[in-house]
Amino acid sequence: MSNIVGIEHDRVTNTVSTDFPGYSIEANNEFDIEEFKKKFQINISYITERTANFDLIGIDTSIANAFRRIMIAEVPSVAAEHVYVFNNTSVIQDEVLAHRIGLIPLKVDPDTLTWVDQTVDEKDRFTDDNTIVLSLDVVCTKNPNAVPGDNRAENLYRNSNVYAKDLKFEPQGRQTETFEKNPVVPCDPNILLAKLRPGQEISLRVHCILGIGSDHAKFSPVSTASYRLLPVIDILKPIAGSDALEFQKCFPSGVIDIKENGEAFVKDARKDTVSREVLRHEKFNGKVKLGRQRDHFIFNVESTGAMPPEEIFFKSVRVLRNKAEYLRNCPIGNLN
Amino acid sequence: MSEPTQQQHPNEEQPEDQEMDEGLDLEKIKLLPGATDDGTAASFQIIDEDHTLGNALRYIIMKNPNVEFCGYSIPHPSEAKLNIRIQTYGDITAVQALHQGLDDLIKVCTHVEEEFSSKITQRDYSTEEP
Repeated sequence: MSNIVGIEHDRVTNTVSTDFPGYSIEANNEFDIEEFKKKFQINISYITERTANFDLIGIDTSIANAFRRIMIAEVPSVAAEHVYVFNNTSVIQDEVLAHRIGLIPLKVDPDTLTWVDQTVDEKDRFTDDNTIVLSLDVVCTKNPNAVPGDNRAENLYRNSNVYAKDLKFEPQGRQTETFEKNPVVPCDPNILLAKLRPGQEISLRVHCILGIGSDHAKFSPVSTASYRLLPVIDILKPIAGSDALEFQKCFPSGVIDIKENGEAFVKDARKDTVSREVLRHEKFNGKVKLGRQRDHFIFNVESTGAMPPEEIFFKSVRVLRNKAEYLRNCPIGNLN
Repeated sequence: MSEPTQQQHPNEEQPEDQEMDEGLDLEKIKLLPGATDDGTAASFQIIDEDHTLGNALRYIIMKNPNVEFCGYSIPHPSEAKLNIRIQTYGDITAVQALHQGLDDLIKVCTHVEEEFSSKITQRDYSTEEP
């Protein structure tokens, strides 16, 4: 059976994978790693500091989806977990401020920290191996050199805005050496945390630890990790003349081009958003078939900045393999 | 406090306990009631796993020609439990099918990682967002 998901004006068809043994006479479909290696392909479109876009071709949804889910929820990263507030006279409440601090992505390689062992006594639980300490000390004052007539807060006061960059790294123990080359800083320095007025101040300490996204979204290393299936546009009957121009307008620019003889052809189906606009026009009825290729995943991974996006994907693959390996070595007990 | 050293009690005649030293996690996967006596059909309960592993494992076990049926469910959304049912045609046991599936999944992951890292080292891609 074809591996094209059919897209009609009111429904999608042929969505379920059927590549299993006994399903069809033509294909054997037994799992064979050599067969998988032959079919599987990766094409990388681009990788920047924060985003990656690549295609996984010839892999089943269940496995591609596992990678996506792991990138969001199971690849570890570092975030603030405990906030000790010494003084907070600002209008933002302690718990709200603590929450905002928690959500700030930090530029820390998660591999440099170990997991906090929750079974250890609380006094000995946090060490220089597993905890990063940040401090935030800001006092808002009047600006004695304020330009008269300019009523902006930035001119009238000092420290009226508290930003993520005001969180200062305080290396503990051996961290002075281990973090010498890359001290801990927020990935985005200009995230606004609080606003102050003269006389108000914030003084607190933050303990940051390793965690995973399924525990709290602040530990997720990605802002988004998603995939879409490659669009397929099949022109069944030739579309030419003024109809071709109208046909072209049903798609985002660059998807459909027109030949010299005035006939429309598919130039780049990948750019299509599959809006199905073309299916609303009576005149194109039966002339075009929309679909998506079921085993062609276009991944888009956006990192929060702590790790390069390709590393997040690598880690997701390793996490899935570790899960399988761990389970493989577990003895099967009896349910009592 | 009152529990004596009862954990090491071998309540099953398992001659091969080579795995006893590393993965001593007896809670991770358990056999659920409803298995056939010959072991060709059985359900397992896996703790702390979800659709991520469940669906991938189901798919890869279903690709085994000796397997007649494989399905999984998360019995309750607020319990981190994964139930997986395997029925074979009789040539292998459900446990063998499960282990085969896990091995296949490991192979797939290894190949995906190798392929991706070879593409990364080739540096044959744009470093700017279009």
